[in-house]
Amino acid sequence: MSKPVTAPVTADIPRQPVDWLPVALPLIVAVAAFPLVGNPWTWLTLTIAGLAMGMIIFTVSSGLMLVFGLMDVLNFGHGAFIALGAYVGLAVLIPLTPWVEATSVLLNSAVFALALCAGVIVAGVVGFVFDRLLIQPVYGNHLKQILMTTGGLIIVEQLIRAIWGAETVSFNLPASLRGSWLLGEAAVERYRIVALGIGSAVFLGLLLVLTRTRIGLMIRAGVENREMLEAMGYRTRHLFVGVFVVGAMLAGLGGVMWGLYLQNFTASIGAQINVLIFIVIIIGGLGSTTGCLIGALLVGLTSNYVGFAAPKIALFSNILLMLLILLWRPQGLYRVVDR
Amino acid sequence: MIDKGAPLLALDKVETRIGPYHILHGVDLVVPEGGATMLLGRNGAGKTTTARTVMALWRASAGTVTFGGRDITREDAPTIARLGVGYVPENMGIFSDLTVAENLRLAAISGQLDPKRLEVIFNAFPAMKRFWLGRAGTLSGGQKQMLSIARAIVEPRRLLIIDEPTKGLAPAIIANMIGVFRDLKATGVTILMIEQNFALARAIGDTVAVMEDGRIVHHGGMAELADDDALQRRLLGLSMSAHQ
Repeated sequence: MSKPVTAPVTADIPRQPVDWLPVALPLIVAVAAFPLVGNPWTWLTLTIAGLAMGMIIFTVSSGLMLVFGLMDVLNFGHGAFIALGAYVGLAVLIPLTPWVEATSVLLNSAVFALALCAGVIVAGVVGFVFDRLLIQPVYGNHLKQILMTTGGLIIVEQLIRAIWGAETVSFNLPASLRGSWLLGEAAVERYRIVALGIGSAVFLGLLLVLTRTRIGLMIRAGVENREMLEAMGYRTRHLFVGVFVVGAMLAGLGGVMWGLYLQNFTASIGAQINVLIFIVIIIGGLGSTTGCLIGALLVGLTSNYVGFAAPKIALFSNILLMLLILLWRPQGLYRVVDR
Repeated sequence: MIDKGAPLLALDKVETRIGPYHILHGVDLVVPEGGATMLLGRNGAGKTTTARTVMALWRASAGTVTFGGRDITREDAPTIARLGVGYVPENMGIFSDLTVAENLRLAAISGQLDPKRLEVIFNAFPAMKRFWLGRAGTLSGGQKQMLSIARAIVEPRRLLIIDEPTKGLAPAIIANMIGVFRDLKATGVTILMIEQNFALARAIGDTVAVMEDGRIVHHGGMAELADDDALQRRLLGLSMSAHQ
């Protein structure tokens, strides 16, 4: 490509004002919560716990952000991939208990990575089948999508109960991920720092793919005008199958992480977090990766602060948060898709 | 090698239904290679439906569409586009969340932008160079139309289907577009253009087809129609000379 083409002609480019306010929201919430919590070390512990919880919620939500936000598929069965991820992670960790309990960081990391990979792969494969059997026949019809995907969620949950039983399962984190680091008087759980790292990597990866690659361009263009993309020579069906599978894989990854975060769960682990995921996506704005991240961080922080300061309204806090955000910005924090 | 005058695109008794509505009632249309065919007609005559049917964005329920001698009636839109058909829809179809550069990169199926073609585009539409990194959604209506056309010609095409490119544009921009389309014609590309602006249609068109109620009711040379006020009044309900 010739230089004059690639060189930005900055003087004439209409500048898009960067909307920083939503980015500052988690900080504003954290600062506002400080007087309610009182003790600075407790506040720091809650803040790190909230951010880690937010990052895990972002990881499980990012898949639905792609599928619902970008593809306009109301997938109520997203929780199925989360539950699958959690149980497949369990299926890897239990037989490899010696690696889980070993004092070697290498063995602990290996079994953790294996659990993550297995969760991602199984969720991806089931996601492909889910898309072919349940999603494609009802593409473009929201009511049927809700019915079909809810049915899919029930089927997957029952299969999980048939394989792993209906009882609550519990297991340990790999040895080196247990316990806390002390930061002054604040206890920072190791696993939460790992969750922060993985969530950040997922966010950066998604952002890079969507904004810096040709596939990302095709996804963003297809979301806005699928018909035009086809008239330009691209097959969007294959593209959207890929997006659905990636969405399921991210849910699988998040499922393993969420399962390890809870350490006790049942086959309903996915269904239980489904509502929270929709709240995050609606807060963030349909199709926005950054909005989804901010929404997840807000939910994580609010849950922790409210759970500490006013436990009685903890269950209601996320709905209240969504209500306030939508009163301020009815389309969510960042809107990518007009719908 | 362009075989001037031989049909590049042909529609034979094409019928299209959209839901319960029967829009095209047996369209017979021939677009000769290497020239510009103007598709005229009143609003609702079926012009846009014809273009969308050729692109397989709506399916023909009967009849055949052939392109370069190949039956494309049952092909899908991506296949038709990859045969060398560029499409500029009536609503421009730009991706407003993408930059001008990203819109053009995406339009280049090969994945590579040809600097020579870009220079041609920049000469025709200097705004595309100025707003190269600007979001397409921030462009004015005329600039969006330019981007839509630029996208269609960013790679060599055998046929360009352009649906009302001057709709809502200022006369100065339309005058510029006439020059652009003439230059395009000079490169040998075949154009099928739906247009309501008679001055532009006469300036560019070699052949003309007039539609009414989902059928082609007149097909012939543009000069023949342009010189015959009575024919214009009969076919279009008004005279071109009154719309200069």
